[in-house]
Amino acid sequence: MQKLLKHIGQYFLMMRKVMSVPEKWSVFNKQLILELEKIGLNSIGIVLFISFFVGGVVSIQTALNLQNPLLPKYLIGLASRDSLILEFSPTMISLILAGKVGSSIASEIGSMRVSEQIDALEIMGVNSASFLILPKIIASLFFFPLLVILSMGIGMIGAWVGGLSVNVTTSDFMYGLRYEFIPFFVNYAIIKTLAFAFIVSSLSSYFGYYTNGGAVAVGKSSTEAVVYSSIIILVFNFILTKIILA
Amino acid sequence: MIEIKNIEKSFGENKVLKNVNMTFKKGQTNLIIGESGSGKTTLIKILIGLYKNYSGKVLFDGSNVSEMNKKELKKLRQDIGMLFQGGALYDYMSVEENIIFPLSLFTDKSEKEKMERVNFCLERVNLKGKNNLMPSELSGGMKKRVAIARAIVMQPKYLFCDEPNSGLDPKTAILIDDLIMEITKEYNITTIVNTHDMNSVMQIGDNISFIHKGEMWWKGNKEELIVSNNEELTNFVFASKLFKRLKK
Repeated sequence: MQKLLKHIGQYFLMMRKVMSVPEKWSVFNKQLILELEKIGLNSIGIVLFISFFVGGVVSIQTALNLQNPLLPKYLIGLASRDSLILEFSPTMISLILAGKVGSSIASEIGSMRVSEQIDALEIMGVNSASFLILPKIIASLFFFPLLVILSMGIGMIGAWVGGLSVNVTTSDFMYGLRYEFIPFFVNYAIIKTLAFAFIVSSLSSYFGYYTNGGAVAVGKSSTEAVVYSSIIILVFNFILTKIILA
Repeated sequence: MIEIKNIEKSFGENKVLKNVNMTFKKGQTNLIIGESGSGKTTLIKILIGLYKNYSGKVLFDGSNVSEMNKKELKKLRQDIGMLFQGGALYDYMSVEENIIFPLSLFTDKSEKEKMERVNFCLERVNLKGKNNLMPSELSGGMKKRVAIARAIVMQPKYLFCDEPNSGLDPKTAILIDDLIMEITKEYNITTIVNTHDMNSVMQIGDNISFIHKGEMWWKGNKEELIVSNNEELTNFVFASKLFKRLKK
């Protein structure tokens, strides 16, 4: 318990350092562009790949569970749409990004810590926490929602292809996609994603920033970043769903 | 000039530095020597401001660091150049980007002026034209030289070097030592080198302070060191058979 409180205190102290005005905007912008590329652009491929195939599987499994002739085929499109928008794209993609982006952030900052690069920044008079972490948080807050929206779109294409393979016609599927669509569900997904983006980027940065030791410690920080980010994403998923939807 | 007065530092129950007093003179290479675990790295970390909880005074040209406000401290940090043991180059930046980084952050120089300064510093450390190499493409000695170029790019008043020769072959180590000494004299800066390499001590030791078990044990220059009868110092400096024979 004492250890947990120490971590929480240390996390908030770090965040206080992070949330400060950058030394120089031109240098900060350069750093932000780098992070947008690393965190966002480099994640597009994996998000597209996973979303397409999971979308396909969701529609095939839904079709198998709706074989009663009384149930209309368009329900497959509707069920796929809602599972993708409400849960798969925001939560599962954030968990995948916690693995990809979170481990990369923690190991990058952790390596900088053990190779004294962070000390070098501090000695120069640079607020190392703000310089290294703030661009990562902003890049995540900007790119996670875009990736999730992309995932919804590609997931639905995958679901359509999956539906075709189990004899769901395009018109039935499209009707299901549009049927009683509630635009607020997309807002809900984006709100959740923003929270998850902050959790992944700040927690992973925290574990990297306080790495102490050598290569083994960097590996440990990276693992802890992924594990704790995933746990907290799932807890917040429950809390946010209860607050927003229930 | 840097002075430290009555410095004491503990980690829990373990007292690492005990009432240490030292003076580091301008235009000289001031060496802190001592066995591993003697407290010299802790001392250098106090000097560069990485450790804040200590008792005693650190004076940079008469100004007490612990009494400085944020603005004064920031200004002081820009007057400090630091050469880390492993170089501590930012590995996602090229040689040029590493050196230009402090200039971009803290000066309003034009791109042309910054590039002129970068090229001057690279030439000074004999790495002319290596601007676009990445740290992973550099040898250990080249990394140290780039780190020196980065340390001097802001024209610091104080240069700190932590084990500048660790991991280098003897020939490269001498090159780095000579470079540190030349820069110190050329720009009349206060240089503090933390080392346990005896070749460095004999090569560049203008002003040597020996720390033993967290206490200031002996001080002098390289000539005085050779003839010293201080037992702990002699045991440390002339530890190898070769050095023992040379002393005799």
